[in-house]
Amino acid sequence: MRFNFFAVGLGFIFQTAFLSIRGHVLGRCPITNLFEVIVFVAWSVALFYMVVGPAYRLSLMGAFTAPLVVLLQLFALFALVDQPHHGRLPANPWLEFHASISLVAYGAFALACIAGVMYLVQERQLKTHHLHSIFYHLPPLTDLFAAITRLLWWGFALYTLGLVSGFFVGEPLPWMQISCAIGVWCLYGLILQGRYLRWFAPKRVAALCIIGFSAALTLLWGITFTAQTHTP
Amino acid sequence: MNLFCVGLSHHNADVETREYFAGHAETDCVLRNAGCNEALLLSTCNRVEVYAAAESFVPTEQIARCLARTQTVELDGHVETFYRYEAADCVRHLFRVASGLDSMVVGETEILGQAKKAYEAARTAGAAGRYLHRLFQRAFRVAKQVRTHTEITRGAVSVGSVAVDLAQKIFGDLQNCKVLVLGAGETSERTVRALVSRGVADLRVSNRSPERAEAVAFAVNGRAVAFEHWTEQCGEIDILITSTSSDVPLLSQEKLAPMLRHRIDRPLFIIDIAVPRDVAPDVNALDGVYLYDIDSLQSIAEQSLATRREQIAAAEKIISQHVAEFDESIARGLNCSAQAPEHPTVGESSLRSSEL
Repeated sequence: MRFNFFAVGLGFIFQTAFLSIRGHVLGRCPITNLFEVIVFVAWSVALFYMVVGPAYRLSLMGAFTAPLVVLLQLFALFALVDQPHHGRLPANPWLEFHASISLVAYGAFALACIAGVMYLVQERQLKTHHLHSIFYHLPPLTDLFAAITRLLWWGFALYTLGLVSGFFVGEPLPWMQISCAIGVWCLYGLILQGRYLRWFAPKRVAALCIIGFSAALTLLWGITFTAQTHTP
Repeated sequence: MNLFCVGLSHHNADVETREYFAGHAETDCVLRNAGCNEALLLSTCNRVEVYAAAESFVPTEQIARCLARTQTVELDGHVETFYRYEAADCVRHLFRVASGLDSMVVGETEILGQAKKAYEAARTAGAAGRYLHRLFQRAFRVAKQVRTHTEITRGAVSVGSVAVDLAQKIFGDLQNCKVLVLGAGETSERTVRALVSRGVADLRVSNRSPERAEAVAFAVNGRAVAFEHWTEQCGEIDILITSTSSDVPLLSQEKLAPMLRHRIDRPLFIIDIAVPRDVAPDVNALDGVYLYDIDSLQSIAEQSLATRREQIAAAEKIISQHVAEFDESIARGLNCSAQAPEHPTVGESSLRSSEL
């Protein structure tokens, strides 16, 4: 667990350095194209893992988090989505706050998704009675479910803050962007509602976290593409 | 100076022989009567061994006499039963013992604690000097390395401990778990005791015979529940252990599903150790229910044991490396170091209480 923590921590330091240099060059929060958005999401995932990992004492979470961060970074590097900027972009603090806080929320949703994967792996082994080596290293089901719930709350609260701050950006946002954002908010609201009203068993909540994050990532793509034509 | 080990274990001596030699001797006797310079006595339910360092050869019979319950009578041919390891073989034997490779249940870790206690006792009594100090400190390191770098200690190997391991993988901390024991058999009582040892405090016992339920409840510090009312407990409990002699299943999917509706977010772990089974297998299909019968528990225990056996070769490799290193360090360091302290310093050797 310690190795995983330091590996993700080291990556986090490099990501922070990259984002701060890029932010300095741009003169604003570096989330102006798909490349920067993906790096920012990967940075948020690492940030949440650094905060949540030790607090929840979830062994092996780092082993699941690191590949996701690497995948996001690799995609950002090789998908050629780093479109060049034409001149220095004007700063809009509300827009930057709205976008960055929403992306940090994605970090929480990503970790909830990872905890969901871990839950389903462990649950499947317990159901089928086929215990593999990983069974002895994964955390207990109830601890994973508690972590999923807390991460969903963190993500939902931050996303709500991001959504509300969007009303103060002082310029009209594309309807597609607004609909996608509200769609993600409703999706996670529904998962939390279902969890507290006991509509869904923990296994379903875990599965919904994975589906939810996959959907949220796809919608983020849509939002970013629309935003690229609308970047201030 | 020669290092050697003389002893008996479950491999070569029955319990009657072992009890004749176990727990009677003091290291002092081995030092005084047998003429050893350093001596350490390791006595557990499965073995009684003396590790010693002496300048001259000390016969096995002399050690056996110190260990015997009555030192004045003849040893009745028991001396042949004792094994003896000298020099590198002695080092290898201790490393194997401390790592749990020589134990009845391969990979068990209790022996390491017992070896640490034995070392601490010998050190306190002034019987363990620099040879045994180095030997045992190295043995503890080897055991730790074997445990960390192989899977020799992985998984539980008895039905009771498998059940407890699974409960911990479902609930984590067992302190707040509510347990209902249905039918009060010997295996279920053992499983309950294993759960209690991991912190379970809320225990309910139900049995066709109320007297038996009361007796078991009293023994495990729980409370008895009338057999007619046990199903009502299913909405509250976290773990159900069943071992009744019923010919038909007492719990089916149709019966359990409505009781779980209000606890959909809490898992239910069912340990069915009855034959014939008390719980219909289709109950396992319910969300959040984890049903294990005696066969599945035994199969996991056997799987763990098989995994441990597979790890023996890897553990032996680590041990061989350490034996070679230790031999070298003894040849290089201890034999020529006139200034080396005769006894380990407290800071060097005293073990942390948590390790004991």
